[in-house]
Amino acid sequence: MHIKSEKNRTVELTDIVSECRDISSLLFRDEETRGAKPGQYLMVWLPGVDEVPMSVSAIDMDGLSRITVREVGEMTVRLNGLSPGDRVGLRGPFGNGYTVQGDKPLFVAGGSGAASLMPLVEEMHRQGTTPTFVLGARSADMLLFVDRLEETLGENLVVSTDDGSRGYSGYASGYIAKLMEEDVFDMVYTCGPELMMAKVYQSAREHGLPIQASLERYVKCAVGLCGNCAIGPYRVCKDGPVFDADMLSEVRDEFGVSQMDASGRVTRVEH
Amino acid sequence: MSKLSLAVEVAGLRLRSPLMNAAGVLGMSPPILKRVYDSGAGAVVTKSIGPVPRTGHSNPTLVRVSCGALNAMGLPNPGAEYFVDEVRALKEMGVPVVASFFGGSVEEFAEVASTLSEAGADALELNASCPNVQEELGMLASDAGNVEKVTAAVREETRLPLFVKLSPNVTDIKEIAAAAERGGADAITAVNTLKGMAIDIDFRRPILTNVTGGLSGPAVKPVALRCVWEVAEAVEVPVIGCGGVTTWEDAVEYLLAGASALEIGTAVMTHGFEVYGRVNEGIRRYLEENGFSGIKEVVGLAHQIGEEQDSRADRYSIRV
Repeated sequence: MHIKSEKNRTVELTDIVSECRDISSLLFRDEETRGAKPGQYLMVWLPGVDEVPMSVSAIDMDGLSRITVREVGEMTVRLNGLSPGDRVGLRGPFGNGYTVQGDKPLFVAGGSGAASLMPLVEEMHRQGTTPTFVLGARSADMLLFVDRLEETLGENLVVSTDDGSRGYSGYASGYIAKLMEEDVFDMVYTCGPELMMAKVYQSAREHGLPIQASLERYVKCAVGLCGNCAIGPYRVCKDGPVFDADMLSEVRDEFGVSQMDASGRVTRVEH
Repeated sequence: MSKLSLAVEVAGLRLRSPLMNAAGVLGMSPPILKRVYDSGAGAVVTKSIGPVPRTGHSNPTLVRVSCGALNAMGLPNPGAEYFVDEVRALKEMGVPVVASFFGGSVEEFAEVASTLSEAGADALELNASCPNVQEELGMLASDAGNVEKVTAAVREETRLPLFVKLSPNVTDIKEIAAAAERGGADAITAVNTLKGMAIDIDFRRPILTNVTGGLSGPAVKPVALRCVWEVAEAVEVPVIGCGGVTTWEDAVEYLLAGASALEIGTAVMTHGFEVYGRVNEGIRRYLEENGFSGIKEVVGLAHQIGEEQDSRADRYSIRV
């Protein structure tokens, strides 16, 4: 990777858009992010608060790029509380990103997972592929990018909510097991809570389908040096965040099970 | 024709290659360190382990700079007791392990060394560049008396090969290296990172949460190489070179300066795990093409010519 993109810089936010309950997008102009691949991430810095990995959720949309932030702690609440004209620090884009593959792909997103998958959907759509997309959330008001996806995919978008407030009632991972029985896919892309992705991986394996899953771990250096984001022999920050079926098989003892905390102790994956 | 062997013996430790990873680089978990070993390293060095778990500093902990990186991780580690299992796991995988460690006091250094020795490590590397020591020790690596005291205390706790890793941020590294040798060090690792910092000009504040950090990578190589040169002249024990080694030419320079083995860290960021295999191959080719039969034959070779240069420099220097 070119060193320029790995260096710290700041960008001015041009807009902050509320996407759904607890989730907002931050829009900015950044030359390096315009060259991002779908599935890559940025390290986003707020001085005095934290620096965290964030998926690029739109690459060069009318000249602007986006990150999409779900409020889960101090850093994310502070990010979503920013105003146009405020600045954030950036490094990246980092990571391997998704590989465009398959004529009939199935996408499965849960929580804020659609943030990382959206640019891939748009790229595939531009290339003439309309994927089937299962978008899951706890309830109807938490469905990220539901309008953007509906516009792009039409009836290839399937919505599921845990509480049944919209679409299929239940977990997205349960729905896709059914979907894989009924239809033939040649690639599965997934991003979301790890326990959901572990189930999606299980279903894909049972149907002999290739898969690409975007993983999350505690990222510190983002350049593959410190090893804090390790899962098995891989560094999520550099070898990932996108893992294919072979990599997932190699880390199956940890995937959906355990992760390292900031001190290097192993803890359980809770969701 | 069989390939020329790159095996070296450092402080009683026999390694298939002179290369190791630098402490703090990729040293958190056994499977990643196994990958370092499989990439061609002769042994792996763990993250610096302390007496109790530490989460380290909060992000940002790394800044990419020209020709290197600045980091202030803050010695995150799961604690010595916890790490015993990690050392055992590595041993079960057949990987030679150098356990890097630190403490906040003389007693803590000795205690952690003892725990890691019992865990089955092949060697220990005392991190004397620790920014976290109690006032009792001050900045350990810059005080020869304390370096000798801590090394001696650790020496009593372990029979394993003991490396002492020194800081370049000192007035006279020869003095510190000699103190470590007097304390019972079996090898000197030279050097840890150079203290530095970076400031964001838009936010107008330091980028690293810790304000200052350690500079590593090609940027520090000339400084680290000079340290190895000086340490090699100051002590009888072997020197392990560390600082910006990226290419096989860098590695050969270090060997010629007096290093018997090398630690590679930041080059993993720019060149991936493959750097170990590539440097191994380059060293092998250099030895073959120049008619050497092993690494030992080139260690410190540049010092012979150095003596001539020193006397010539004397001749032309202005006498006051």
